[in-house]
Amino acid sequence: MSEARQMTGAEMVIRALVDNGVDTIFGYPGGAVLPIYDEIFQQEELAHILVRHEQGAGHAAEGYARSTGKPGVLLVTSGPGATNAVTPLQDALMDSVPIIAISGQVPTPLIGSDAFQEADTVGITRPCTKHNWLVRSVDELPGILHEAFYVAMSGRPGPVLIDIPKDVQFATGTYFPPSEFTHKSYMPKTAGDLDRIAEAIELMAGAERPILYTGGGVINSGREACGLLRELVEITGFPITSTLMGLGAYPASGDNWIGMLGMHGTYEANMAMHDCDVMVCIGARFDDRITGRIDAFSPGSKKIHVDIDASSINKNVRVDVPIIGDVGNVLEDMVRLWRARPEKPKPARLKPWWGQIDNWRARDSLAYKPSKDVIMPQYAIERLYELTKDRDTYITTEVGQHQMWAAQFYHFEEPNRWMTSGGLGTMGYGLPAAFGVQMAHPDALVIDIAGDASVLMTIQEMSSAVQYNAPIKIFILNNQYMGMVRQWQQLLHGNRISHSYTEALPDFVKLAEAYGCVGIRAEKPRELDDAIEEMITVDRPVIFDCRVANLANCFPMIPSGKAHNEMLLADEATDEAVATAIDEKGRELV
Amino acid sequence: MNAHKQATGSAYFIVKETESPRTHVLSILVDNKPGVLARVIGLFSGRGYNIESLTVSETSHEKHLSRITVVSSGTMHVLEQIKKQLERMVPVHRVIDLTLMAEERGHGRPLERELALVKVSGTGNDRVEALRLADAFRAQVIDANTEHFIFEITGRVSKIEQFIAIMEPLGLVEVCRTGVAAMNRGPEGM
Repeated sequence: MSEARQMTGAEMVIRALVDNGVDTIFGYPGGAVLPIYDEIFQQEELAHILVRHEQGAGHAAEGYARSTGKPGVLLVTSGPGATNAVTPLQDALMDSVPIIAISGQVPTPLIGSDAFQEADTVGITRPCTKHNWLVRSVDELPGILHEAFYVAMSGRPGPVLIDIPKDVQFATGTYFPPSEFTHKSYMPKTAGDLDRIAEAIELMAGAERPILYTGGGVINSGREACGLLRELVEITGFPITSTLMGLGAYPASGDNWIGMLGMHGTYEANMAMHDCDVMVCIGARFDDRITGRIDAFSPGSKKIHVDIDASSINKNVRVDVPIIGDVGNVLEDMVRLWRARPEKPKPARLKPWWGQIDNWRARDSLAYKPSKDVIMPQYAIERLYELTKDRDTYITTEVGQHQMWAAQFYHFEEPNRWMTSGGLGTMGYGLPAAFGVQMAHPDALVIDIAGDASVLMTIQEMSSAVQYNAPIKIFILNNQYMGMVRQWQQLLHGNRISHSYTEALPDFVKLAEAYGCVGIRAEKPRELDDAIEEMITVDRPVIFDCRVANLANCFPMIPSGKAHNEMLLADEATDEAVATAIDEKGRELV
Repeated sequence: MNAHKQATGSAYFIVKETESPRTHVLSILVDNKPGVLARVIGLFSGRGYNIESLTVSETSHEKHLSRITVVSSGTMHVLEQIKKQLERMVPVHRVIDLTLMAEERGHGRPLERELALVKVSGTGNDRVEALRLADAFRAQVIDANTEHFIFEITGRVSKIEQFIAIMEPLGLVEVCRTGVAAMNRGPEGM
């Protein structure tokens, strides 16, 4: 494999991307990346997708990566090109999405001179990448390119950035393929400690009120890991809940599924988390949206935590059995050890626990008051789900109430079908992410469940969708508010609705037409099904303006300063309950 | 403006730290490449960890490895987090909590030394006293004229602090300290 070849830095970039299995990149040209764009023009192995803003390239690459399990690649120019990519890089860091960002930089001799479109890109992106590199000479370039893929994909996946000065792109050097690259320092542990796993199995076998709490790590670990998770649920009979990021790893139609947990999770999931005696956390990180009040979090349970990132363990919540390793590997051991037990725990011992869970489930925490006159946002998503569930569907979202409703009312059967900005909470994520998903799955139905405020943050990417005939469907739950901001203002700030109402929204149907795509509007519940059908049938990008009840709020909810067993439910959320949901102590929190 | 003074709430849950902080010495072996120190320091500032002392120098020229010694303080929980966060950085080869290791091995504390240059100016009795005390502290005179001394002193942090405090009334002009260099007792390396 030693077909070492002389080529320019720009050629090396293309060669290395192709050699690492990349066939699609998202980008935007500019002065400092022109040599690379010149190479892109002269080859056919790599498809370049032109976006309208570098943030769009980043989120598109995230959507591409999360729906395929492959790394997403973006190419941007120096200065503003790179700074515009900062938001998606941080987004990918928090949600563990493998992203390779390549940025142009001013020529090496000009670095530090405040040259045109110069920015300290590695300095700016250092805290929002797993690692980044400023390439100082063309001789370093092939090694760094291959290392970038290695770092982005191994351990807990994440974004990396390679900053390549223009003179390095022009310079000629010797390229070598990925097979000749070896890494010295970064070697994450992937196999879990067997003694610990045995200890975990022992705890699980003795549990009377167990729960599996799973997260995005299962999906990142791959399809096989999701299969093993399903097997573990099957053989143990444990109830399973998941974080926002982990939806789809276990099917929502599965017998043991008790819904999403956390701030807007189901009553049964949160109550079960609070009252369990053994908690098995797999590929999740005890985020503050999950735990609620941390000193009242699941007080009586033994906690097992499986994570590939050692720094996630004991970060927020102390656990009893930490297992550092790849979720897939650990699940394989868990399933094997459980099956190998001479005496299988009797399923009947979980009966009282399931009885309790069924009681909580009977509380029907996602219930909402239906309406014949206005479209309730929950109803809109229920209908969208019913009309699209039998298709090859991928869902992305923006951030806010619509995102939580989507998580509650759209049900996922498979992994990699649900793309949302969990950790960073990036408004404007969903539209470009949907575009990225569609580029990876041209024949699939890709829907961005959006809010009217979020969608305007990256609406320009509709132009990209039109250019590439990407028939993405932007399903806007339009309530004219930044609904989640308003909900918090109602809860925490004496109903003073400060700047969370958008007084001058565009006419989304006309906006769609202006972009050259299709605009559809639904205002009444009776129009909804037909309008959704039309959206699905149209083989072009669609902006769907779904006018929903303006003041609907998202429940259930764990208010600030409260524990899992102190949820606020929709039917209890009277104006008074909302106003007093957070007591003095909760208000004291910074 | 805000007539009804209603306390505001938060979207976050904050639990007050009750554990008392400890001071630990960490040794970090890293690739000696541009930006690595910035990365390590950035981790501390970005996550709100303390740096009380920091020294760095290349210690293996063939392998281009640098050894960073950081003195940090925090609860045991925070110190564990610092170690784990450092360990997952790409250019970091090894992280040792020297304080923890010394305790585990029954050595008490790791060996810690710091060097300081201390400039003192004065005449008459103060000058005599400064020289006498420097002798008692085994500080060496590395520069002097009729109006000043520069002392070089090596030792544990507490000794250096004490020496500087004593020199203060005797005409202390400026101090330069290296920060702590540290390793553990016994034959084992890091």
